[in-house]
Amino acid sequence: MSDTAFDTTPVIAPSALKVSDEVAIEISNMNKWYGSFHVLRDIDLTVHRGERIVIAGPSGSGKSTMIRCINRLEEHQSGKIIVDGTELTSDLKNIDKIRSEVGMCFQHFNLFPHLTILENCTLAPIWVRKTPKKEAVETAMHFLEKVKIPDQANKYPGQLSGGQQQRVAIARSLCMKPRIMLFDEPTSALDPEMIKEVLDTMIELAQEGMTMICVTHEMGFARQVANRVIFMDQGQIVEQNEPEEFFNNPRSERTKLFLSQILGH
Amino acid sequence: MADTHAETVLFVRDTMLPQKEPPLSTVGPLGWARGNLFSGWLNSIITIVAFLFVVNLIAHLLPWFISGTWNANSLTDCRDMMAAAGREQGGACWGVIRERWPQLMFGFYPSELYWRPVLVLVLLFVALAPILFADRTPTKMLGFTMLFPFIGAWLLWGGTIWNPITALLGFVIGYFVFTFLSRVVNAGISLFLAAIAAFVWWSVLSGYVVSGLSAIAPLAIHSVQSREFGGFLLSITIGVTAIMFSLPIGILLALGRRSDLPLVKALCVGFIEFIRGVPLITLLFVASTLLNIFLPPGTNFDIILRVMIMTTLFASAYMAEVVRGGLAALGKGQYEGADSLGLDYWQAQRLIVMPQALKISIPGIVSTFIGVFKDTTLVSIISMFDPLGLANAIRADANWNGIYWELFIFIGAVFFIFCFSMSRYSMYLERKLQTGHR
Ligand SMILES: Nc1ncnc2c1ncn2[C@@H]1O[C@H](COP(=O)(O)OP(=O)(O)OP(=O)(O)O)[C@@H](O)[C@H]1O
Ligand SMILES: [Mg+2]
Repeated sequence: MSDTAFDTTPVIAPSALKVSDEVAIEISNMNKWYGSFHVLRDIDLTVHRGERIVIAGPSGSGKSTMIRCINRLEEHQSGKIIVDGTELTSDLKNIDKIRSEVGMCFQHFNLFPHLTILENCTLAPIWVRKTPKKEAVETAMHFLEKVKIPDQANKYPGQLSGGQQQRVAIARSLCMKPRIMLFDEPTSALDPEMIKEVLDTMIELAQEGMTMICVTHEMGFARQVANRVIFMDQGQIVEQNEPEEFFNNPRSERTKLFLSQILGH
Repeated sequence: MADTHAETVLFVRDTMLPQKEPPLSTVGPLGWARGNLFSGWLNSIITIVAFLFVVNLIAHLLPWFISGTWNANSLTDCRDMMAAAGREQGGACWGVIRERWPQLMFGFYPSELYWRPVLVLVLLFVALAPILFADRTPTKMLGFTMLFPFIGAWLLWGGTIWNPITALLGFVIGYFVFTFLSRVVNAGISLFLAAIAAFVWWSVLSGYVVSGLSAIAPLAIHSVQSREFGGFLLSITIGVTAIMFSLPIGILLALGRRSDLPLVKALCVGFIEFIRGVPLITLLFVASTLLNIFLPPGTNFDIILRVMIMTTLFASAYMAEVVRGGLAALGKGQYEGADSLGLDYWQAQRLIVMPQALKISIPGIVSTFIGVFKDTTLVSIISMFDPLGLANAIRADANWNGIYWELFIFIGAVFFIFCFSMSRYSMYLERKLQTGHR
């Protein structure tokens, strides 16, 4: 377990978090269509190891589609996506390899309802990583403690609150010891008081140096942990900047309008 | 102003109320009857009328059922007994069940070998235990479950022991070919090649091996011909086989139907739609007559085997659609959850998709099982002696000419017991697999 980001728990200001020069994800000139609908247009994005990127944008702008392309839940039609040095092609071996290195949390958690919390967390390590069961259970309990629900390990997802389920989903991804985590609106299906518990977990994760890409409308979270905010509209990256600059001094009209709408009230 | 208002609204409880018993008229049997049977005057009238009807029905039928003719050896014998007992309104002649019991159970199976089917039935329950009660039986018993089809078939049909062993070897060969090849090429291709290897073994090589081994070590039990099978032995043999194999085949067909590969999809859709569109009788006729025309002359392709294959295929097509319903009920999120963790297609199917899809489909699956089991009676049409076929044969016998209700009631009751237990088991399973509210 010494290779996990979790073992060292430095509590440092987000702005001081180190971003290495190593490239984690490189997307160049990527395009995607749904039928004849051009969802993603000429996306260029380089993510360095240790970066925390927040993606914002209006509904339907292609945020989900873009991060889902990174672990090939959606297929892109042109351009290149290189994750951890492996290019995403239709080669199934590469896809499975990348998926096991990239964790993902969904808006609706997507836990497996027929398995207990513990089984949800140990399933992939046992079957994909071929970890011995005992070790997988230990790792799972370690991460369930990190997300503060070790006592729910033997319950089923249906017996947990939304916030707890989302934290289980995070723990489940972490059990694969991913090098990159993707979050697709992890808090938008939750009640306000549950949002905080999930965000706290994510903040802790960010402080431990995990490379993260989060689609979220939680601008407080963006200010606190992100080192870059990306604004998307109509399938394109319209603006990206450091959080303070992005919020205080947006450049494009589209961004200004969007920010006035979500921060306005 | 604000103060006086607050005074009227203020309320502080100083004593907590203790828990009280509910009123007597709403609990216990009395409360139940009041709530469910006599909740209004119309409801009360219906209850009374229905009660009288049921009592009347039983009063009429019961004397017919309890006629005390268990020992009669023929219909005339039975009538004499009833006349002697002074029953002028007649009654059932259950003697036919007693006298023809072995035949109804085993057909024309040699009576000195009855122990073999009985043993197979016992072993069947042993083999089913780890599947039916997975959480209460050791996993190792599944090994026996795998071997059971071979042991069972050998005990039923007899013959040399090398037959089941070489049949089993086919699977072993297939398995080794698969594990060897899957390291080199992808799973689909290696599965296909493994199937070919096993098929070559069964159809070409195993014949020589069996005759060779039998010459060296002639280990054999008395062999029984397929036409000697009959009664419930025949129904259960065909039914259990169709039930056992239709589920896995149905699952594969359902997956194939949802596959992205156009050829696989077209094949599965074609198969399912064809089989579902044709009456089972037609398939059975094909099995009993037409198939012989297509096979090379001299091949001895057992009639029961042919019927079992047809019934299995028939059941698989229905099963595929039932399973597909379960698959469709599963959200896209489950597939994405599995994919995002890096599980490959078969792992995702086996660990995530199927456990949930099959759970949803339990009622449909069991309905199909029950349907298949009852459909085995159709083999009487192609002159095989299942219980119904035997019933007709028994009525053709001079001793029992004219007997009617007793046989069919008995056969119906036995089928009912089997089907009802399957249905109860499915409800038990559904309750057991209930995990949380979703
Ligand atoms: N499977 C699909 N087939 C066709 N069009 C799709 C499909 N999925 C998404 N789209 C379209 O692609 C566009 C981008 O969708 P996407 O889900 O990426 O948006 P989003 O930015 O995540 O929006 P939201 O904030 O509402 O989640 C939308 O216009 C949507 O209608
Ligand atoms: Mg989205």
